[in-house]
Amino acid sequence: MTTLRAGWILTRRELAHWRREPWGPIFGLVFSIMLLLVFGFLFGGAITVPGGGDYIAFLLPGMMALSMMFGVETTATKMAADAGKGITDRFRSMPIGSASPALGRVGADMTNSAAELAVLLVGGLAIGWRIESDPGSAALAVLLLLLLRFSMLWIGIFVGLTFRGGGATAAVQVLVWPIGFLSTAIVSAETMPAWLGAVAAWNPLSATATAARELFGNPTGMTGGVLADHAVWLALGWPLLLAAIFIPLSARAYRRLRD
Amino acid sequence: MHALIAEGLRKRYGDLAALDGFDLHVPAGVIHGLLGPNGAGKTTAVKALATLIDVDEGTASVAGFDVRTQAGRVRRSIGLVGQNAAVDEVLSGRQNLVMFARLYGLNSADARTRADGLLGTFGLADAADRPVKTYSGGMRRRLDIAAGLILTPAVLFLDEPTTGLDPRARNEVWTSIREVAARGTTVLLTTQYLDEADQLASGVTVVDHGRVIAEGSPEKLKRQVGGDRVTITLHDGIEEAARRLGGEADRESGTITVEVTSGLMAIVRTLDELGVAVEDLQLRRPTLDEAFLKLTGTEASR
Repeated sequence: MTTLRAGWILTRRELAHWRREPWGPIFGLVFSIMLLLVFGFLFGGAITVPGGGDYIAFLLPGMMALSMMFGVETTATKMAADAGKGITDRFRSMPIGSASPALGRVGADMTNSAAELAVLLVGGLAIGWRIESDPGSAALAVLLLLLLRFSMLWIGIFVGLTFRGGGATAAVQVLVWPIGFLSTAIVSAETMPAWLGAVAAWNPLSATATAARELFGNPTGMTGGVLADHAVWLALGWPLLLAAIFIPLSARAYRRLRD
Repeated sequence: MHALIAEGLRKRYGDLAALDGFDLHVPAGVIHGLLGPNGAGKTTAVKALATLIDVDEGTASVAGFDVRTQAGRVRRSIGLVGQNAAVDEVLSGRQNLVMFARLYGLNSADARTRADGLLGTFGLADAADRPVKTYSGGMRRRLDIAAGLILTPAVLFLDEPTTGLDPRARNEVWTSIREVAARGTTVLLTTQYLDEADQLASGVTVVDHGRVIAEGSPEKLKRQVGGDRVTITLHDGIEEAARRLGGEADRESGTITVEVTSGLMAIVRTLDELGVAVEDLQLRRPTLDEAFLKLTGTEASR
């Protein structure tokens, strides 16, 4: 109870940051829209979707999944900044639960990412993307996207606590791009060389992107394969697996601050 | 009644023994100085007492609670002010204190009252609503200390609170520390500066290589360390003057360093008798390095 309360107080700390310095998060939202426009219109004309369908309709769920994954940067950077500046040490010297700083991060980053998702939804609708399914399926798509963000959060917390200097976060920033692009988020795996397509299909990001396409009733860009047949289950399983690995690792990294 | 007790603390980081049988006994209600050079183990000792790290060996208690088995009780009894200002730069001073007060379990109204009280005490009322990033180094430090005092802790740990501050800011922080102690909080202060310990502390523990090498009142340590030093710059005749004064000559800089044992006048008189031209003559307190040389017979670890 006290752990949750402290977590909520630390979430509110982040909300207060946004009120004081709104340009960071606003730029983040603008960046999402910009990426959407770049891929939708600049590159989109040259991309055809295997199995047919409009590229914008294919792209939108992919961009949403990509933006959830990119969130790992924010989490790792902020976690490392607190640990590096000694704020984490102050929290650790206080009578609050050891999970509180992480819970504060979860609350703040999930709020931020939900806002980003909302902006992409509205932006997508504005450029002609449509939800072609029922509200229940669409809601499930949103939940799966947020579940991906949740799993990324724990990777970010682990990285931020483990590498308290700036180095790790720089590494994360470099790595998210190739990992993000080596997926079906932006192009179908079927347009890639076979071996690369196989790698992309097993990227957890692809599972969420494909599941969201299915659930929104958008073209999946897939004509067959394990991913096409079980996208929703994979989009549920991958994040849960990642969370199951990185929550204990994060807890261990927090405890190891004691060494 | 001791506010802080540490007995035989050992902590290794790889090959380095950060604490190597560290002992400390601090009575309640005083300012106690933990003096030593960089890497002597001061911060490790503070972290161990503040329940931030586990030691390999030894026992410690803070405000009567064992740091290992009663960590929660210890955390309710302490405030920690680490080396880096551990406050939120984006938020205002008031927002920071309200947040920390809420984390300590105060309700919204009490947190606000407490924050206002502390802002007043530490001379930050005027800057209360400005973001901390606009604060001067001294203001930031004072906010940092205020954040450690939300619950009026039995023990406050201050890890090098004046490192990097200009003399004026340092004086402001010293004033704050004295006020904290006047209200009954025991303060453990780590410092690299002999004169800081001298100014504030009633007892001093000198550490090096993770071990206590001297202990006592500042007066006692100063007696051990010896009096002030005079640095004399001469045109020529350095060797002869150094021999007569019993000081150390430095040929390169053309200076002699002499410990003042029987007054400055005796030194001046000797120089006069020698008939050498004195370019400069400076009186100063012994440095930590010189103090270490006296206390241990070896150079301070760096």
